[in-house]
Amino acid sequence: MKLGEQSYALENPPKIIAHYSVAGPVESKGMLGNFFDLKLDSDEWGEKSHELAECKMHHTAIMKALDMSGLEFKDVNAVMCGDLLNQIIASSYSAKDIEIPYLGFYGACSTFGEMLCVASLMISSGSFKNVTCSTSSHFSTAERQYRYPLELGTQPTPTSQWTVTGSGCSVLSSDGEGPEIFACTIGRVIDLGVKDANNMGAVMAPAACDTICTHLNDLNISPEFYDLIITGDLGKFGSKLLLELARERGFELKDVHSDCGSMIFNNQPQTIQGGSGAGCSSLVFNSYIIKQMKSGNLKKVLLVPTGALLSKTASMQGETIPGIAHAVSIGYRYN
Amino acid sequence: MNKKEYSEYVSKTAPKSKHLSTMFAAFWVGGLICCIGQSIFDTIQALLPLVPDDDIWAITTLVMIFLGSTLTALGVYDKIGRYAGGGSIIPITGFANSVTSPAMEYKREGIIFGLMSKMFVIAGPIIVSGIAASVAVGICYYIVSLF
Amino acid sequence: MALEIFLRYLQVFAVGGGICMLGQILINTTKMTSARILVIFLLLGVVLEAFGLFDAVADFGMAGVKIPICGFGSSLVKGVITAVMEDDIMGAFAGGMKSVSVGITAAIFFSFIYALIFSPHSKKV
Repeated sequence: MKLGEQSYALENPPKIIAHYSVAGPVESKGMLGNFFDLKLDSDEWGEKSHELAECKMHHTAIMKALDMSGLEFKDVNAVMCGDLLNQIIASSYSAKDIEIPYLGFYGACSTFGEMLCVASLMISSGSFKNVTCSTSSHFSTAERQYRYPLELGTQPTPTSQWTVTGSGCSVLSSDGEGPEIFACTIGRVIDLGVKDANNMGAVMAPAACDTICTHLNDLNISPEFYDLIITGDLGKFGSKLLLELARERGFELKDVHSDCGSMIFNNQPQTIQGGSGAGCSSLVFNSYIIKQMKSGNLKKVLLVPTGALLSKTASMQGETIPGIAHAVSIGYRYN
Repeated sequence: MNKKEYSEYVSKTAPKSKHLSTMFAAFWVGGLICCIGQSIFDTIQALLPLVPDDDIWAITTLVMIFLGSTLTALGVYDKIGRYAGGGSIIPITGFANSVTSPAMEYKREGIIFGLMSKMFVIAGPIIVSGIAASVAVGICYYIVSLF
Repeated sequence: MALEIFLRYLQVFAVGGGICMLGQILINTTKMTSARILVIFLLLGVVLEAFGLFDAVADFGMAGVKIPICGFGSSLVKGVITAVMEDDIMGAFAGGMKSVSVGITAAIFFSFIYALIFSPHSKKV
């Protein structure tokens, strides 16, 4: 059922019946290290390239999550995958050995939100019964694609972020036990004219603000309705901008807002503003947040993965960078 | 906020580079690299007193480029660069780093189309601008010398 | 004697460090990337040499200006000017590469060999 401008209330809310997270070595030493299901010692994981290592992480996350859900391959309608690489190869290559129909998504770092929206609408409408949603990112593959060779001696700017190495997968089902997705808001592409590819927080904050405010208006609720409003990878500076922008639109998010990118690392100096990447929100969601929800510490969470729709071609041609964010409400009961 | 107000707000509130500490790091690392170069020059000059200075500088450059490439290959130079910034970019060792690092990075796409063709993705502009500028200077010099 | 050497190296250190510090100020204030910084300092060397000022700076700074990329720019121009004096206009095309051939060849050769042997290392924080 459509609510307001961009939101949907799900009449048959899908449940997250299983989840799995694979974290790289840096993330494992971070503040959420204890929550990850699989912690890697090396980001190469015995593969001959970092791209293959990312595929392996992605594949492992999907397979383990499916294992835990107890579903058979034939019962799963689709595997939905997404990542940051050109032509989302980490997704398609990890899905090629899984005999389940495949849907590839790209929404930069917001991909996880995008696919949760689509998956939950499909399940709620009755077309799908079971779906897996997974994203991955890898520091070394993102670095060479969006920035510089690994060994080039450059200095990161003070607004830059560190791409998260890891992958997370959620299995959504129309029946079973687990937190429910009861509403979602599909975001609009917002461009406030930021050109600096090293300042993703500033690119994504207006999109996150727009999506969150629209969501709250559409559902006619206040931020306090949620125990936690968690954005994808705004980083510390981007979070500050979000709070300021939301305040201007009449919402005070200070007490309920938190950011996956800001919390994933242990303030290691090289990570500067925190984590980023398509894997960031799915890794944090499929470990920390969902475990907190299961233990009862969090009842209702608004997950808002944010993405900077950046392309090396566009930014080299001097274009501004648009941002995107999608919101997904997760909780045990909708009232 | 509209676009203009937002970009002003962002540039006003964005965290800034720590000027003093980064400048200090660039200063001492850059100075040290130059001193290493000078010591190589002095050593060669002492060993081969008959060789003209320009040739000794060429040997010094060769050794510095060797050092820069080696440190890049061992995975050390990017750590220096993270700390020192300009201090390790501007010396000739930084040029070596900007040639060796893409060569290593892109070798997975093959020797010909990866390693060899992408070797100059970063250092290319240096060669192009240097050669273009020097030819321009040469032509000007020639024209001036005609009169 | 020892004091003389110390002062000599102090000169090199101060001039070389100063140039790198200038580059760092550019990086901090304009968020320039390494390739642009290198191009700017190379052109600085080209301009200084073209106006015949580089030797005066190099007499004082020695390796402090020769080792930074400006030294590379100055060699290019020096090679061109010498060649123009010998071969007229053809020198403008022949001289530059001749004078920096050692540097470019070394960079290509060592990079090629190392890239065959080594792969990029995983980054830890």
